[in-house]
Amino acid sequence: MTTGPGAGTTVELVKLTKAYGATVAVNAIDLRIAAGSYCCLLGPSGCGKTSTLRMIAGHEDVSTGDLLIGDRVVNDEPPAARGTAMMFQSYALFPHLDCVDNVAFSLKMKGVPVEERRRKAREMLDLVDMGKYAARLPAQLSGGQQQRVALARALITRPGVLLLDEPLSALDPFLRDRMREELKRLHRELGITFIHVTHSQTEAMALADLVVVMNQGRIEQAGPPRELFNRPHTAFVARFIGGHNVIRSADGLRAVRADRVQLGGGDLRTDGTVRALEYHGTSVHLSLDVAGADDFAVIVDEARFYDAPLAIGAPVQIGWNHADAHPLAS
Amino acid sequence: MTATATHAPPDPAVSGLVPSGQAPTGHTRTTKPGGGAVRARRWRRLAPYLQAAPLTVTLVLFLLIPILTILVVSFWDYDSVRVIPDFVLTNYTELLTSPVTWKTYLNTLKFAGLTWAITLVIGFTVAYFLAFHVQSTVWQMVLFLVCTIPFWTSNIIRMISWIPFLGRNGLLNSTLIAAGVIDQPLEFLLFSDFSVVLAYVHLNALFMVVPIFNSMMRIDRALVEAARDAGAKGWQVVWNVILPLSKPGIAIGSIFVVTLVMGDFITVRLMSGGQSASIGLMIANEISLLQYPAAAANAVILLAVVLLMVAAMLRVVDIRKEL
Repeated sequence: MTTGPGAGTTVELVKLTKAYGATVAVNAIDLRIAAGSYCCLLGPSGCGKTSTLRMIAGHEDVSTGDLLIGDRVVNDEPPAARGTAMMFQSYALFPHLDCVDNVAFSLKMKGVPVEERRRKAREMLDLVDMGKYAARLPAQLSGGQQQRVALARALITRPGVLLLDEPLSALDPFLRDRMREELKRLHRELGITFIHVTHSQTEAMALADLVVVMNQGRIEQAGPPRELFNRPHTAFVARFIGGHNVIRSADGLRAVRADRVQLGGGDLRTDGTVRALEYHGTSVHLSLDVAGADDFAVIVDEARFYDAPLAIGAPVQIGWNHADAHPLAS
Repeated sequence: MTATATHAPPDPAVSGLVPSGQAPTGHTRTTKPGGGAVRARRWRRLAPYLQAAPLTVTLVLFLLIPILTILVVSFWDYDSVRVIPDFVLTNYTELLTSPVTWKTYLNTLKFAGLTWAITLVIGFTVAYFLAFHVQSTVWQMVLFLVCTIPFWTSNIIRMISWIPFLGRNGLLNSTLIAAGVIDQPLEFLLFSDFSVVLAYVHLNALFMVVPIFNSMMRIDRALVEAARDAGAKGWQVVWNVILPLSKPGIAIGSIFVVTLVMGDFITVRLMSGGQSASIGLMIANEISLLQYPAAAANAVILLAVVLLMVAAMLRVVDIRKEL
């Protein structure tokens, strides 16, 4: 199935399960990814996010459950018949082919004549700014350049869904930020569905319309990044996406955002001591020892912190408002 | 001025090596520290040569000198009882103008070509099966070792064991006659080009399997998935991804097989029953007739031909990344 640009496809997982012998990697997950959205599968390693992506791609068999792309069940379809294209973590460029032939590979498989497929491949390389490296072999390219070629190779099939397996993890931080922008731009321009596997919550927050937090083969929470950040459902989500303190109180677990904790204010108060502090420019990050929480973080505005600076080891009273404490499912 | 200038240059280097804490006494200043530094420098210069020496000596003794001897002897003269040191080209002219030589070369090349083609197909198939279809590493190792079992016995025994199997009244013919498939025993099975090539393939197939398997094991499995993702069917993956990436292994295997077949004489003698010839056999016959200079000339030409074939293969495939 091929689709033109601007035509994303919905992806729906129904009780999707992947078991390797007795180990269940993905445990009966349900998820609907709307056409044209940017979905990030987020979780620690071994949470099942990569297995899920590989099942969607068709590189892993579905154990039980159904996988729908568009309105068809594609459990047994080969990868190329699903209208998906995958960009591999290692990029998986063919080392014996130059950039043009790498990108033109899928057209060659379809029997497109050599002139036509090379012309289309060059257009695709231009789209990712790699036109001038067309004649190079993958080994002659930097990591970022290889990634652009891999992207072009995935996009040339005009997929309805683009699958990205940890696409930014191999890049240095500067390049990572630039590629992040690039992915967002491509997503906007192409309008197709992106499914992106990552273990970085910053990446997921920055890119996704829909963040799916996974843990031990299950979906902990799925929703827009703001919803996730402001209303985490579980302690795992609150801890994994960061910026939250998980507090044990009389009526169960609560999550409080680190930047909503006040020094010497708030409805609910407790005492702690400063264990570490870091200057971050716009803010100062404090780590406190507090009874009832294993690692208590406070983010204070830089100017306010230096009005009454604290030293390591200093006792401090902290507090927060009722409205800022979100109940968590245990 | 001129006197100090001529003495000056060695000084900075020498004094630099004298520990500053040890103020040299009058008589050691000019000799001992200077001598030590020079010795150290000389040693540093010599060390790499010494490290390379064992291999160099081995190669010179066991490769270079024998080949040079053969080259020298190939220009000597001989009669039926003696070898006469000389410089004559008759060994070469007789060899190159004799139609027997050309026929034998053609025959040897035919054996090499057939064996190469058949071992390549078998080697690629077996290696592909082992590398891509056997999922568990344990089974991969077990099956790989099974491939090497024939090598637990000598070449000659493996060859001879074909004789009772393929002979006129051998196992195969009697089975086929008993089964009613044929009335007369098949004559081409033994002491024919067929049996020679069969033995060559049997002896050399593993030399093709091993390097190709090695190449294939280095292929990133994600490449196969990427190819499937791009819509490649099974055979398209093999043709467009696995075959090109196995080329270094194919080249190394080809060099093994071609050089072994080109230099062989015992397989041809045993399996053709003396009805076929190869260059190796021709040289062996010349040696048994004490025609050393003729054999040497023949060997020099064979060496040149084989080196050209290897060079041609290396031109087609870059094997450096395998080494």
